[in-house]
Amino acid sequence: MSDKIRTIDGITKESTQAMIDDALSVYPEKAKKKRAPHLAPNDAASGCASVKSNKKTVPGVMSARGCAYAGAKGVVWGPIRDMVHVSHGPVGCGWYSWGTRRNLMSGINGVTQFGMQFTSDFQEKDIVYGGDKKLDTLLHEAHDLFPLAKGISVLSECPVGLIGDDINSVTKRVSKELEIPIIPCNCEGFRGVSQSLGHHISNDSIRDYIIETREFAEPSTPYDIALIGDYNIGGDVWSAKSLLEEIGLNVKSVWTGDGELEKIAATHTVKLNLIHCYRSMNYMCKVMEEKYGIPWLEFNFFGPTKIRESLRAIAERFDDVIKEKVELAIAKYEPIMQAIIDEYKPRLDKKKVMLLVGGLRPRHTIGAYEDLGMDCVGSGYEFAHGDDYDRTAPEMPDATVVYDDPSEYEFEKFAHALKPDLIGSGIKEKYVFQKMGIPFRQMHSWDYSGPYHGYQGFEIFARDVDMAVNSPTWKLVKAPF
Amino acid sequence: MANLLGLEVKKVTETPPEEVERVQNWINSEEYKEKNFARQALVINPAHACQPLGAQLCAHGFEGTLPFVHGSQGCASYYRSTLNRHFREPAPAVSDSMTEDGAVFGGQNNLHEGLENAYALYKPKMIAVFTSCMPEVIGDDLTAFIKNAKQKAFVPKELPIPYANTPSFNGTHIHGYDSMLYSILHTLTEGKQIEGRCTGKLNLIAGCDFNTGDYREYKRILKEFGIPYTLLADIGDTFESPCDGTYNIYAGGTKLEDAADSINGKATIAIGPYATPKTFGWIKDTYSGKHVTMPMPMGIEKTDAFIMKIAELFGKDVPASLKNERGRAVDAMTDSQQYMHGKKFAVYGDPDYLMGYVSFLLEMGARPHHILCSRGSKKAEKELQALLDGSMYGTGCKIYMNKDLWHLRSLVVTDPVDAIIGDTHGKFAARDAKVPLFRFGFPIFDRVNKHRYPLIGYQGVVNMVTEICNKFIDIKDETCEDRFFEMMR
Repeated sequence: MSDKIRTIDGITKESTQAMIDDALSVYPEKAKKKRAPHLAPNDAASGCASVKSNKKTVPGVMSARGCAYAGAKGVVWGPIRDMVHVSHGPVGCGWYSWGTRRNLMSGINGVTQFGMQFTSDFQEKDIVYGGDKKLDTLLHEAHDLFPLAKGISVLSECPVGLIGDDINSVTKRVSKELEIPIIPCNCEGFRGVSQSLGHHISNDSIRDYIIETREFAEPSTPYDIALIGDYNIGGDVWSAKSLLEEIGLNVKSVWTGDGELEKIAATHTVKLNLIHCYRSMNYMCKVMEEKYGIPWLEFNFFGPTKIRESLRAIAERFDDVIKEKVELAIAKYEPIMQAIIDEYKPRLDKKKVMLLVGGLRPRHTIGAYEDLGMDCVGSGYEFAHGDDYDRTAPEMPDATVVYDDPSEYEFEKFAHALKPDLIGSGIKEKYVFQKMGIPFRQMHSWDYSGPYHGYQGFEIFARDVDMAVNSPTWKLVKAPF
Repeated sequence: MANLLGLEVKKVTETPPEEVERVQNWINSEEYKEKNFARQALVINPAHACQPLGAQLCAHGFEGTLPFVHGSQGCASYYRSTLNRHFREPAPAVSDSMTEDGAVFGGQNNLHEGLENAYALYKPKMIAVFTSCMPEVIGDDLTAFIKNAKQKAFVPKELPIPYANTPSFNGTHIHGYDSMLYSILHTLTEGKQIEGRCTGKLNLIAGCDFNTGDYREYKRILKEFGIPYTLLADIGDTFESPCDGTYNIYAGGTKLEDAADSINGKATIAIGPYATPKTFGWIKDTYSGKHVTMPMPMGIEKTDAFIMKIAELFGKDVPASLKNERGRAVDAMTDSQQYMHGKKFAVYGDPDYLMGYVSFLLEMGARPHHILCSRGSKKAEKELQALLDGSMYGTGCKIYMNKDLWHLRSLVVTDPVDAIIGDTHGKFAARDAKVPLFRFGFPIFDRVNKHRYPLIGYQGVVNMVTEICNKFIDIKDETCEDRFFEMMR
């Protein structure tokens, strides 16, 4: 949390509210009433959410949100590398989410690692007669063809829940037959209001079917931790894990980027859970705290300021051995970070950035942009909850606009009004703003770059932000004739 | 203990390296291939998407048209992001965000609210509604819902709202394209047929084609002929819009009045018989003028047929410029045939693209050794077989219908080829087989600007020949011994 309240020249609570009112003016009455509480100026001093969140999307407005299945496949389950993840239902959902989130994996594809697309490819007859029998058959086929897969997840798509299939009993029966974990995940896309419920349902299925089913072979140590909520986008886990190991911690399991099922199953014996993506995995941290007494700590590995704060906060949970190593690491990396800042800050100072990402990254990356001298003039999420917005308020400059599940119309309006030098959001937004001549970086997928986590990641982040903002191509957008 | 599966608690294990090696070799074996081909239920790495994606593509091909997904909102996000990634362009579409209560009460409230909001915010000239799984499973009645929306004034009565049932558990994206196109044309042409009127134009349907360069190429060819035309479902400008500092949500598309008047056309050509059967069947029964359906004009022979058909329909000679173009394309082929002759290819994709690849490869003296279609019909299989039978280079080539890219992997590791032609999803199989993947078709996520280069027409031949031959030459340069590394190739 930043200690002083920052402001941006020309932005006041009144100016922001006027901008919001203007964006809302075109809405029909009912929709306007629904959208208004989701848009507000930030009240940095309060430390509280200024907007409503985690509500149903208003129909027809062009939301960026996905669904519960997307949260289960793309975030929690999909990144586990040594399992077969079956998209159970029609062919599309699994096809669209095949490799598109960039959860990188070690291992050999099709042998020890299964970053592939498995589906039951429902046809009309499966809708009419049910898909349980097909599921039974395909689970056996998956086990036969991929004998080294440590388990199978079955991720339900919309029709499965609607036709009343009982995947839970099928998976339970076949799991016993094959003697491998087969986990049902009732994450049909119509459940809940966004990806977020898919995260929660998936966390619950890990709680119900996975955790405590394995034990680490080696004896425990006081430095055993789990890295929670890092999905290895562009190699984030590899960067974060090496830094945590450098400060003396044993990273026993990773949830779930490049994750391994059995190690996740044995996480109940670690001493501390370190959580990066709070939104998608706080549930299991809380479960492990209540059930096994494992404390958890949120940390932020974006940009040297936040990394330093986080490393010291982590050190506080351990003895002097770790504290010493943390200080050594900070002393080792900070000059390197300063050199990066010295290179890029002159070109990025006072540039304005607007953010719209999933449920965590806006508040987590604001510090990294500020390390480069940039100001965040607008921030919002697709599927964050109240506790995320509480945590965002102190990170953002006062009176800047906060938007929850904005429509593309609103986002465009705000961008027109605020004229940012960079927008960080998703693929659906990217080309809209680039057509306008506004530099853009995808902040879900790191725009096919990364990693962005850790010291190693900051160098890449800084380079990417600079090349987006200062690319000479933007000067060519306006024709001279 | 949270062990609902009742499995015994064991230690965390590591798979022994020799076991990993065994399986790694095993998945490349004939034995594994047999097991793999014996699959009944599990689909692995399918080469097709679901109907609504094609419906959205089609909707983007009309002026001022907002694609509208009736169903869960996640569906819309998936279609949009897929199109964004392939074209590197915006793909604006809305959804009415049906949730659990929609499952209980039906989706009419969502649809009405969605239509009202979408119209107010994005001011479309047409809203093209199509469905994803949920309303299809619960049996929503779109006809009644949309009628009610107009009656209750959620949208103006005159706003065209074509709608298509596009269940994802049936067919693929090409069928969704067909259903949406049929509905749009049906809606727009209603009451527009005028006895005795002839626009003098050619109506051209490009089929479920995701290559904007092809659309430009069709238009260029027709311009060379000097024939007035209406390109229906024209995504050419929609998904290749200029970067000039402004964002136009409706960047391209067939003018609605032209689409409406298409029913009075002089002739209609529907490209892609597998992607347009429903639409073409209806056009044949309804539209004025002559009607013909043709394969994608890929390769010389199929392009010749297309060009001659236009000449025939409009009683015109083929312009000299096109004759020259043909000559240049053949020149490109004869100059470089030695780099492709006898090379074996594995090809996969939608049936219409496949006919084109196979035809082109055979013309070059290359062998389409494995031909794989993820969702194909008996008719498509027969047509492919006829192409193979018509050339000595088709001997020994085999067609695999309703197979996926994990089947393809087994094929290319047990019975090797020199290259694969298909979309980005084949890159893992290509890597395992250590051969290049030529990215044609859809989707292409991992290369830039490919959609801008036509595959159809004589220009498409030049593009394919150039890309393929130069890659083979690159491989030679990269892999040959030093003493064989030379100036000439």
